[in-house]
Amino acid sequence: MATSNKINRRPFVATLLAQRGNALVIPGLGSPTWDCSAAGDSPEYLYSWGGMGLAVPTALGVALARPDRRVLALTGDGEMLMGIGSLGVVSAQGAKNLSILVLDNESFGETGRQTGLTSERADLCAVARGFGISRTMHVTEQGKADELASFLFKEEGPCFAVAKIALSEDPWSLPVKDGTAIARRFRIALGVEKA
Amino acid sequence: MTEETHWSDEVFREIKKREIDTVCTIPDGGLTRLLNLVKADRDMRLITLTTEEEGMGIVTGQWLGGKRSMIAMQSSGVGNCINALGLPAVMRAPCLMLVTMRGQWGEFNPWQVQMGQATRPVLEAVGVKCFPADDPKDVAPAFVGAADLAFQGGFSCAVLVSQQVIGAKGFGQK
Ligand SMILES: Cc1ncc(C[n+]2csc(CCOP(=O)(O)OP(=O)(O)O)c2C)c(N)n1
Repeated sequence: MATSNKINRRPFVATLLAQRGNALVIPGLGSPTWDCSAAGDSPEYLYSWGGMGLAVPTALGVALARPDRRVLALTGDGEMLMGIGSLGVVSAQGAKNLSILVLDNESFGETGRQTGLTSERADLCAVARGFGISRTMHVTEQGKADELASFLFKEEGPCFAVAKIALSEDPWSLPVKDGTAIARRFRIALGVEKA
Repeated sequence: MTEETHWSDEVFREIKKREIDTVCTIPDGGLTRLLNLVKADRDMRLITLTTEEEGMGIVTGQWLGGKRSMIAMQSSGVGNCINALGLPAVMRAPCLMLVTMRGQWGEFNPWQVQMGQATRPVLEAVGVKCFPADDPKDVAPAFVGAADLAFQGGFSCAVLVSQQVIGAKGFGQK
């Protein structure tokens, strides 16, 4: 039986990304970036190796600059909490093309699986609603990936979702780490820069 | 100084000339006039932040999408930005900051002094190019130099508007 915190992140993220269409993906540092890379490389993934807390503000910047494209911030619970106020900025700016998914393993997985602040009472969807983001979704089962994909890529934004995932140890899948290379191919894919 | 030549008006003109259409901010008293000009402009977007470091993410994201934006903050806010400044730096994204100084000249509030005195050394320690302006007439030229280096060269640049320009806040005391 699928229960809370049993979602396996790698196949879950791969299933979601297979349904993104032409959505741009801004993964948070570490694990969500490895997940994107493991699902298959794309210049439309803005890999991150640092800047903890900046996934949502960066995704907001892209979303405001490119209202013609859906933008997904794909982050972890630790990263989200460091930039939690940015949900207030997202709400105030009303970015219709922005979605946020928190892969919530209730831990700082990347740094040695230390327990995080969502493991007991904190409810991130309630926090998002408190900031005025009314469209939220809380997912605890692997089988809900298709429903979640449709929420993240088709509903009018801003949309906010939490997927309770297992605290797993996955094989390394390290993408390019040169920031200028990551930015350049992203901008070329968007037609902002010439190849 | 006359109303027409207020440094805020001159900086606003340079902002418009460069098609910078977004200003992210946590406000400061010295920024009020400029922020009101941005707010009143139908073609511009004023983004109020919860902490200044969000600005580094937003301006980088906007540049990735082909738009120009900047951040306006008080010197104390610079302290909130240091790690976040790594994002535009590693991507060579333009990061233009307009910083109004506190804790620097005739400061009434001792709580502002530590960060105010450290603002420039700390920015330079993380590679941000600083353009100080100690006189009202120097602000717009400093802004022009900073903006063009940022957008043409892909650097992080900060205009530091002295407390001598803004006027020290007296909190009603002698
Ligand atoms: C400002 C800052 N503090 C701490 C770190 C170290 N760090 C890197 S990844 C990470 C954990 C992120 O946790 P989460 O977003 O929940 O992702 P997970 O790996 O658990 O999926 C931390 C604390 C950092 N890179 N930057």
